[in-house]
Amino acid sequence: MNIHEYQAKELFDRFGVPSPKGKVAATPGEAYQAAKDLAISSWVVKAQIHAGGRGKGTFKSGFQGGVHVVDSPDAVRDVAARMLGEVLVTQQTGATGRLVRKVMVGESVSIRREFYLAILLDRQTCRPMIIVSTEGGMNIEEVSARTPAKILREFIHPLAGLQAYQVRKICRALGLVTTAGPFGHLLHSLYKLFIECDCSMVEINPVVETTDNQMVALDAKFNFDDNALYRHPEISAMRDPDEAGPLELAAAAHALNYIGLDGNIACLVNGAGLAMATMDIIKHHGGEPANFLDVGGGASTEQVAAAFDIILSDPNVKGIFINIFGGIMDCNIVAQGVVAAARKTGLALPLVVRLEGNNADAAKTTLNASGLDIVSADDIDDGARKIVAAVNSHSRNPDL
Amino acid sequence: MSILIDENTRVLVQGITGGFGARHTRLSLEYGTKIVGGVTPTKGGQRFDDKVPIFDTVGEAVQETGATASAIFVPPAFAADAILEAADAGVQLIVCITEGIPVMDMMRVKALLADSKSRLVGPNCPGLVTPGHGAKSHGGCRIGIAPGYIHKRGNVGVVSRSGTLTYEAVWQLTRLGYGQSTCVGIGGDPIIGTSHMDVLRMFNDDPETEAIILIGEIGGSAEVDAARWALTHCRKPIAGFIAGATAPAGRRMGHAGAIVGGEEDTAMAKQRILAECGIAVAETPGVMARTLLDHWGK
Repeated sequence: MNIHEYQAKELFDRFGVPSPKGKVAATPGEAYQAAKDLAISSWVVKAQIHAGGRGKGTFKSGFQGGVHVVDSPDAVRDVAARMLGEVLVTQQTGATGRLVRKVMVGESVSIRREFYLAILLDRQTCRPMIIVSTEGGMNIEEVSARTPAKILREFIHPLAGLQAYQVRKICRALGLVTTAGPFGHLLHSLYKLFIECDCSMVEINPVVETTDNQMVALDAKFNFDDNALYRHPEISAMRDPDEAGPLELAAAAHALNYIGLDGNIACLVNGAGLAMATMDIIKHHGGEPANFLDVGGGASTEQVAAAFDIILSDPNVKGIFINIFGGIMDCNIVAQGVVAAARKTGLALPLVVRLEGNNADAAKTTLNASGLDIVSADDIDDGARKIVAAVNSHSRNPDL
Repeated sequence: MSILIDENTRVLVQGITGGFGARHTRLSLEYGTKIVGGVTPTKGGQRFDDKVPIFDTVGEAVQETGATASAIFVPPAFAADAILEAADAGVQLIVCITEGIPVMDMMRVKALLADSKSRLVGPNCPGLVTPGHGAKSHGGCRIGIAPGYIHKRGNVGVVSRSGTLTYEAVWQLTRLGYGQSTCVGIGGDPIIGTSHMDVLRMFNDDPETEAIILIGEIGGSAEVDAARWALTHCRKPIAGFIAGATAPAGRRMGHAGAIVGGEEDTAMAKQRILAECGIAVAETPGVMARTLLDHWGK
């Protein structure tokens, strides 16, 4: 789960991570009021979307830049008016862009130096890893590729926590002298936030050393561990439903794992590994998967029916491949669910079903006896070939 | 022989009275597995289905039953505690089926288990099966949620993160007439107790295992580490499959661990490195067993 910059600032304030003064606004009027209330002399207005590259982005209206430094509350209002309700396209949003519903009005700080700081969970060592670099504000993947010596990684023992010597080591590597104290404070606070909020990653790019020797987090990107959200209701409440697709929201409501893709063959599969593998085999045989959809290791009839509705709501879908390895559950029950869902929706698209496992023969009989145009497949390979062939001939002869 | 478990392994179930745990305990008993006890705090002294004794603590259960393995079916919020309790009681093999454990919990568990003699498999895994010699592999040891009847006793070791993809490989093998020594589902989470490489080492040392199927997916570097180890150490033919070639970067594909972070953890990169390490890479999940048999010279 991701959050917006203004929500990150709320967490920073709670844990004592210094960041510039700022307020969120949903209308130009609110932005003007926020600018006046902040009691500052230089303002920055930032579009709030879940994607990076805002500064260099372009609004579909033609307005340039999702981040603007301005010199009066009136200018804050004018810039906010040109951002709110407009679609911002950045390198990370893709061509569709994202609708800006909120802006953050903050203090523009005077920058002496910029640093990169991130904490993430390293899978290899199973420990939190702190990454710092003197190349703040840059794309860290590029820094890593071009000048790996400019990146320091420090691993934290999960039971001991961040030690003072590690902070000294990091400050030394960044060449911090007069600002080592403020940076150490920021780092300790951020580590506490990372652990206590069950983050899987927090990235501050940049951390800014100001001309008056402060250290502040200028921008932040958070990833939270979805598995731990049950113990952080305040963070769950930060979820922005507008940033997820409507189909993904509907899937979540039925405990289904759905991710929309650009292709035209919908997949309905049980188990995440098999769901990924099913997408792969469709592609291998010349098709394009429309989605990832995992109905869980032991899908119920209701879930299969709900999943059917969701994949049919994607207008790009031209065919459906159901691939279920029902080891324990009764395949015939799944088959009955498929038949019921297909009848209800009035099956207009090619449907290939592969049901393997417990009671698979009865399931095939159910599908064949339904009178519906359901093609049954013997195995995953057979199923993938059949759906790709069906979709290709269907799109050549759309009237059939 | 087999690895980790055999027909005589005595197994506990932690969370035996929950719906999920109860259902799979019954299936394991039907399969012929020696489920010797269950653990549910406050229900000690009762019996599960009038047969299996229930204990309040893992320590008592181990003492009374001589169990050496435990299957954990408790809800995510209590799973880390259940793993640590099993380790404290000296359980040699802890298999955690639970899906959805916070990764911070697992980070601490992993650090605490570093000094323990217990081996953890999982979490978020289908468990292990060493097939039996009876009809439809009856009489084997089934710990977890895999369907027992798709197996057949034989000489192929299977290791995988994913449940249903493991069943896919096992079923392909069985249908082609090749059985399995042991099938290990290591789990789809970012932090797991036993890695692909750990299991490869055990298969390499197991005289019954003659060939291996290794199934992985996008995210992390576990498959690559295992492949590099196998290149210089493993004497047995291996076929591999990596799921997620079509997964978009940065999105979590169901499994908490299945997310492409960098260039090295894409499916393409992993497949290339596996092939460089002498592993026969199956082009599609439909030909995992076939690819192994060709490589094995069968």
